[in-house]
Amino acid sequence: MRDRDRISLPPRNATKTQLTCHYCIVGCGYHVYKWDADSEGGPAPNQNALGLDFSKQIAPLQTCLTPAMTNVLTHADGKQCNVMIVPDADCKVNKGLSSTRGGKMASYFYNAQGLTKERLLYPRRYHNSQWIDARWEEALLVYAGLLKKILVKDGPEAIMFSAFDHGGAGGGFENTWATGKLMFSAIRTPTVRIHNRPAYNSECHGNRDMGVFELNNSYEDAALADVIWSIGNNPYENQTNYFLAHWLPNLQGATLDRKKSTFPGERVEAARFIFVDPRRTPSIAICESAAPGRVLHLDIQPGTDTALWNGLLTYIVDRGWIDRDFIARHTEGFDITVARNRMSLEECSRITGLPVGKIKQAAEWSYKPKAERVLPRCMHAFEKGVIWGNDNYRIEQAIGAVVLATHNVGRRGAGWVRMGGHQEGYTRPPYSEPPSRYPAADSPIAAHDKLIEVDDYIVSGHGRMLTYWACNNFQTGNNSQNVREAILQRSNIVKRAIASMRGASADELVDAIYDATTQGGLFVASINIYPTSLAEAAHLLLPAAIPGEMDLTSMNGERRMRLSEKFIDPPGDALPDCLIAARIAQTVAELSRRDNDTELADRFSGFEWQTPEDAFDDGFRRAGQPGAPPIDGQGGASGHLVTYELLRQAGNNGVQLPVQAIQDGKMIGTEMLYVDGKFDTPDGRARFFPSAWSGLLPAAERQKRKHAFWINNGRLNEVWQTAYNNQYDPFITQRFPMATLQMNPHDMQALGVAPTDVVEIYNDYGSTLAMVYPAAEIKRTQTFLLFGYMKGIAGDVTTTATDPHFIPYYKGAWAGIKRAGSMPQFKRTVSTKSRYF
Amino acid sequence: MAREDAPADDSRRRFLQSSIVSGLAIAGPGAASDSASDIDPAVSTYPDLVVGKAARLAINQPLLFTYPDAASACLAVKLGRRVPDGVGPDLDIVAFSSMCSHMGCLVSYEAATARLKCACHFSMFDPEKSGQMIIGQATQNLPQVILEYRAADDTVHAVAIRGLIYGRQTNLL
Repeated sequence: MRDRDRISLPPRNATKTQLTCHYCIVGCGYHVYKWDADSEGGPAPNQNALGLDFSKQIAPLQTCLTPAMTNVLTHADGKQCNVMIVPDADCKVNKGLSSTRGGKMASYFYNAQGLTKERLLYPRRYHNSQWIDARWEEALLVYAGLLKKILVKDGPEAIMFSAFDHGGAGGGFENTWATGKLMFSAIRTPTVRIHNRPAYNSECHGNRDMGVFELNNSYEDAALADVIWSIGNNPYENQTNYFLAHWLPNLQGATLDRKKSTFPGERVEAARFIFVDPRRTPSIAICESAAPGRVLHLDIQPGTDTALWNGLLTYIVDRGWIDRDFIARHTEGFDITVARNRMSLEECSRITGLPVGKIKQAAEWSYKPKAERVLPRCMHAFEKGVIWGNDNYRIEQAIGAVVLATHNVGRRGAGWVRMGGHQEGYTRPPYSEPPSRYPAADSPIAAHDKLIEVDDYIVSGHGRMLTYWACNNFQTGNNSQNVREAILQRSNIVKRAIASMRGASADELVDAIYDATTQGGLFVASINIYPTSLAEAAHLLLPAAIPGEMDLTSMNGERRMRLSEKFIDPPGDALPDCLIAARIAQTVAELSRRDNDTELADRFSGFEWQTPEDAFDDGFRRAGQPGAPPIDGQGGASGHLVTYELLRQAGNNGVQLPVQAIQDGKMIGTEMLYVDGKFDTPDGRARFFPSAWSGLLPAAERQKRKHAFWINNGRLNEVWQTAYNNQYDPFITQRFPMATLQMNPHDMQALGVAPTDVVEIYNDYGSTLAMVYPAAEIKRTQTFLLFGYMKGIAGDVTTTATDPHFIPYYKGAWAGIKRAGSMPQFKRTVSTKSRYF
Repeated sequence: MAREDAPADDSRRRFLQSSIVSGLAIAGPGAASDSASDIDPAVSTYPDLVVGKAARLAINQPLLFTYPDAASACLAVKLGRRVPDGVGPDLDIVAFSSMCSHMGCLVSYEAATARLKCACHFSMFDPEKSGQMIIGQATQNLPQVILEYRAADDTVHAVAIRGLIYGRQTNLL
């Protein structure tokens, strides 16, 4: 890795476009400067587009600019350009901050000599036992030919997808619409799983069934809250600039003036934060360091969230710290829920492991009225500790009962929100529900009962064709070792069939592949920007594009929608996902016409798009419009008011959905949902649902009884998702040559392992390897494993435990740990110092 | 500032030469891949600056200095353990830019944990691992001042910097 000590500056005439960060939910605003590769701006402020004086040292906090934020890119015509991608100081989201993830965007655009040289440039076919690059037409004749043959002979259920449903890179409104239209309008398959879970379900069914969409406030509300609950959520590492620019200032009292002016007459002070997490996280350490005495850490026993919230609900109801007027006027189901969830603080303490005093302290901070009939403004933020927790649906509704009872939604400075992983960007036709649930349930499922657990379906030998779209379930999935082994075994049957074909036409290949699928084989395609570890199973790889190589719209965790503008061509023949979907559909339609199947050709029509904007106009902007088909979308029925042109004008601040109106040529958005007390239910009243504590999900409980260590797992600040870019970046791979397992030093001693030693983690579901990283801050027998990494796959030891809607309990892994070996070079090159400030 | 000697007038030379002369005392072969030898020799000509006498550096007590010019705050620290890129009689002296590579706030050395910490956005760097970011928001490790030890007069010299200093287009203004 060369450490450059000089960068080129954009000249005054560099082009400047807007780009929302590709990665996390926060969606920080960036500017892309692009200029001729042979020129550069000068150091004087009037000589460079940044307007900064580089003839002298720039003061702290005035810029954020490193060699990683620069690159030399190549247009399709061969012309080279310099680019610089830097955070936008005027963006309300990040206020000029850049995280270690977004700050690498420039480095992660395609450069044949750069970190990204492994990008897929052309469709790649598995042919005669090897990979060859192909033209789109050649690749799609096989893909679309097989798809059509299966559809005609077996029906849509045998055509399976694992696909993104989010925004940002590998997602966005254009791409969710196009893929959704292909899967649900044209193919009409129910056998679809979402990129990170084995069925087509919501991570927030619990919230939504209560009538509350999970992104209902603004980032500004975190700056105005009296108390912020951070539940199963580690914001410094996962929503960095939201935390740094909006949460921390409130904790440190830097937003008091805004609080006073927003809430005149109300007593305000610096915020208090309450973290619910079995693990002490880097976020907690930072907050305690920044504001001692104003932070509470409820370090519950793993999986006991529901008990905590039921105990809190009981306590505050008994004290009258609730909004009875709001409950009566705007909700239903309160009394039965209070009765069914009832739990004494002593019982709550016994289950959660928290002292009674600590639970009372949290309740007093959060819910004890500030004055007569003035309840504290309390924001409840949650993320994967809940979403991937012990029965997602139950926990969400247990939290929601407290939130509704205290009117902490639809009130400024409050909000009940998920913090988010990716950005959002959902617009699709309704999911094609199957006639019945797979696998069948032992007892009736109250809601969302018609789903297919696609991984289970595949492992059981069903389905003929599987497409991974912008995801990689070999690195992200529950029970993933078993799923991976089944897919590889089934894929090999098709590989052998392909290898046996000599001089075959596309039609003959399709027939041979189809025949192999009747013998248990599975055809696997992956649509992505890199080959990824799925290439081991795949027969076809199709090259996709990223925002900036295409126009793309997404929205962040406060529903803030922005347009990321195209500034460079996709590499090689790579295409935006929406146009890949269109080409697939067009090819199926052509083959159908060839075979005189006009009905099928009609089903695959409506994809005549030239640009992502065409897909945007077809999906996002048609939702709820007269004559349009049903469209589920986050733009709602006013989405038609949004245009690319208006989004360009709105810059990196965009607009918060839903758009209310256009005034003076500007979109007027919505800062907070439900301020009118009308919720997303048929009668507008929010619903309480009973959510009694019911222990750990059985599959997890069985592993817990057998194995000594809890294998908590999740992200680290520096690594994005499956490390699809990071795996080629020495800045990351030198730091994390493989997944790290954070572990208490006393446990290390007992196991006879030293820092950077490699251990095997194993249970009844599988085993994986990880590099030991000491963490005295973590409790004994509780470990933390990096999720999703290319080496050391956390999903290999997660169980089949899911909530009723197939949301996995990823966090519920218990396993044995054994020393596997040591890597001497890790000891020399990898820091294992504490990540806690 | 604890600069003890002014750099000799004739000390400006191409960094490549200095790296060959000094050998830089890389402690382990594993460190070679990210060692100073990867600096592009065509990039810069750095001054030679005497940081101080090795004998006067006490373990865990950072010495503040500026390099390659007065606007660039740096710190040298004797870690008390032999480390990659360490110089001096005990191969344990290293130096870094004091300006966080994220947004330029001054990092401080925490002796108890041997970490360089930035209080602005909580980035932390490991002086024992060539400035590797332990956690944080920077996109490059903390720029390391390449040191050279001259036993004859027990002096530690700054001779180059690996990585771009915060707030600059180029390390040499």
